[in-house]
Amino acid sequence: MANSRFSLLTEAAVGAMMLLGGIALFFLAMQVSNLGGFKRVSGYQVEARFDNIGGLKVRSPVTMAGVRIGEVSSIGFDATTYEAVVTLDLLPEFNQVPTDTFAKILTQGILGEQYIGLDPGGSEQYLQQDSEITMTQSAFVLEEIVGQFLFSKAEESATGGGF
Amino acid sequence: MNWLASIGHRGINVLRNLARALLLLLAILRAPQGLVTRFREFLAQLYSVGVLSLLIISVSGVFVGMVLGLQGYYILSRFAAESTLGVFIAASLVRELGPVVTALLFAGRAGSALTAEIGLMKATEQLSALEMMAVNPVSRLLVPRFFAGLVSVPLLAAMFNALGVLGGYFVGVGLMDVDAGTFWAQMQSQVDFNKDIINGVIKSVVFGVICTWIALFQGYEAVPTSEGISRATTRTVVHSSLAVLGMDFVLTALMFGD
Repeated sequence: MANSRFSLLTEAAVGAMMLLGGIALFFLAMQVSNLGGFKRVSGYQVEARFDNIGGLKVRSPVTMAGVRIGEVSSIGFDATTYEAVVTLDLLPEFNQVPTDTFAKILTQGILGEQYIGLDPGGSEQYLQQDSEITMTQSAFVLEEIVGQFLFSKAEESATGGGF
Repeated sequence: MNWLASIGHRGINVLRNLARALLLLLAILRAPQGLVTRFREFLAQLYSVGVLSLLIISVSGVFVGMVLGLQGYYILSRFAAESTLGVFIAASLVRELGPVVTALLFAGRAGSALTAEIGLMKATEQLSALEMMAVNPVSRLLVPRFFAGLVSVPLLAAMFNALGVLGGYFVGVGLMDVDAGTFWAQMQSQVDFNKDIINGVIKSVVFGVICTWIALFQGYEAVPTSEGISRATTRTVVHSSLAVLGMDFVLTALMFGD
């Protein structure tokens, strides 16, 4: 009898451990990783073309007024126009985005992650599945800006301006 | 000539031990029916190997997470990047620290016990007695222990990770005033389920196999004297730790290499 009692306790303890392990895994999946939370309430897809997307990646956020309203679902390349084709996946509840919205690739902080910021236009018509955002602004590439700055400085001093 | 022979002797010994270890693993894997016939034993081993390791794993998990929270905060706040503290804690725990530290603790807490137990059985000739009764000691004794270790380590590692993240949350959000929303949101957007969590689980399964395998092999092959058992126990901890750390590098290179 004592033996079976011990075995019951053992089994209960093992069961508790397995349960705890399962809970821990579930916690990791839902709370820590991308499986839970902001996810797969697939909304509608909108296309935008950029000359240069910089460090933009799939799953980068899409924001409007700083609020996350979707994410980048795919990035392609158009071989005839040499442009990057970015597909944005916008959440269904944000279905009143004007068609003349302006899409910019912005950077969080000075060296942070890049994301797409949308500035709403004034149109009465709204973006729908497979619409295209025509007004875009490319990513801020630090080297190009520095290059332009140096170039204009050099020109300035060559023409007698400057110091 | 002599020193050349001694090098060769050592090399042959290492190879022979590796081969014997491999044979033992094959023998264990070839007799999985021991798991069914000795299911009670398997449960009892899960208890002594897994449940009894819960305390040390949970406490270490919480403290490792808290230290990560502190150190991460000090460094990240210099670059005004405290918002990524959650990512830093979760990624380092799930990818590396969880599986590795769990395996190291497991080798010290459970592996050494397994070696001592099997080694003492050998020294007191219980293994020979089983063989005399035509009972295969591998399937009777080693199989339940092996699979108990294999099951326990991933579960323990998952708990280590979860408690570590909570410990980091406590320090980062509770003490250092990082915003709770960004802490979780950044973590969720940067930690990938397949790439990070599943790979971490695969790692901990591999480490579980390595640790239990080494522990059982050392016990099974121990010199049947009290000195031999003490040396086997030491070797279990040393070899398991080295194997886990080395294997971790290989697995990391394979999983996160590209």
